[in-house]
Amino acid sequence: MRIGVVTFPGSLDDRDAARAIRLAGAEPVALWHGEHDLHDVDALVLPGGFSYGDYLRCGAIASLSPIMAEVISAANGGMPVLGICNGFQMLTEAHLLEGGLIRNDHGSFICRDQGLRVENALTDWTGGFAAGQEITIPLKNGEGGFIASADTLERLEGEGRVVVRYVGMNPNGSLNDIAGISNARGNVVGLMPHPEHAVEPGFGPDTDDAMRSGTDGITFFTSVIERMLVSA
Amino acid sequence: MPTIVVEVMPKAELLDPQGKAVAGALGRLGKTRFTSVRLGKRFEITVDGHVDDAVLAEVQELADTVLSNSVIEDVVGIHVLEAPAGETH
Repeated sequence: MRIGVVTFPGSLDDRDAARAIRLAGAEPVALWHGEHDLHDVDALVLPGGFSYGDYLRCGAIASLSPIMAEVISAANGGMPVLGICNGFQMLTEAHLLEGGLIRNDHGSFICRDQGLRVENALTDWTGGFAAGQEITIPLKNGEGGFIASADTLERLEGEGRVVVRYVGMNPNGSLNDIAGISNARGNVVGLMPHPEHAVEPGFGPDTDDAMRSGTDGITFFTSVIERMLVSA
Repeated sequence: MPTIVVEVMPKAELLDPQGKAVAGALGRLGKTRFTSVRLGKRFEITVDGHVDDAVLAEVQELADTVLSNSVIEDVVGIHVLEAPAGETH
């Protein structure tokens, strides 16, 4: 099982994503934005960071990278694709996901362990969760406010395409507390919070049991591995 | 060489946190006459050659697809910058 992680100029969490993939039991494959080659991977992660310094709009210039032609084609063909934070922004800019991400309503960057509720446990990346399950993973963004037109929002809600929702507090002004959405098929998921930072005891969010013991994020990666094994 | 200006603004119905922050600073300076600020982008695109309808159509398309994101922004103006006095084409 090979899962590619695309590095763009300004990517920040590509190594963390690769580590999460390895801990989940798959082989991470480093991919480069400037190539037209997915190296026969089975799934893709677009990692977090500040590609092109967030110039123009977050994720906008990266969404025009050479490799994005292959990413878009693979995603439309059903390959599981997860965009995290800046990767989520790229997926909206590439029109693989609807809506957009704008500057946090309070104007400040936010970094915190964030409570989330998994609303859709049927996507390729959330099959290992139970619907309604509450989890905690880190969130860190300056432009994480999810917005969409009223029609789009209604469709996303009606079709169960809100994958995760903020609980406890809305950290960035996202409409309907939306933290992540999927495409209609459920293979493309965008998340503003960072599951790759909650995959290993000792380095995750605090839990009631122990400091930094939270590993809720690993399930996004084990979910896609299990999904691909079933369909293999 | 001629320059084409493209202006992009955040959609009016969306919160513009940058504009709001600037408006807050004006308020703190005592500039109470100015009640709100919205903050957008201006692109200046230099063209190799003449600007004709085809070039303007191409810029319009780029403005709609690359320079702006129609989910969050509107293209509010496209115009050719007047050449500075004395410059010849």
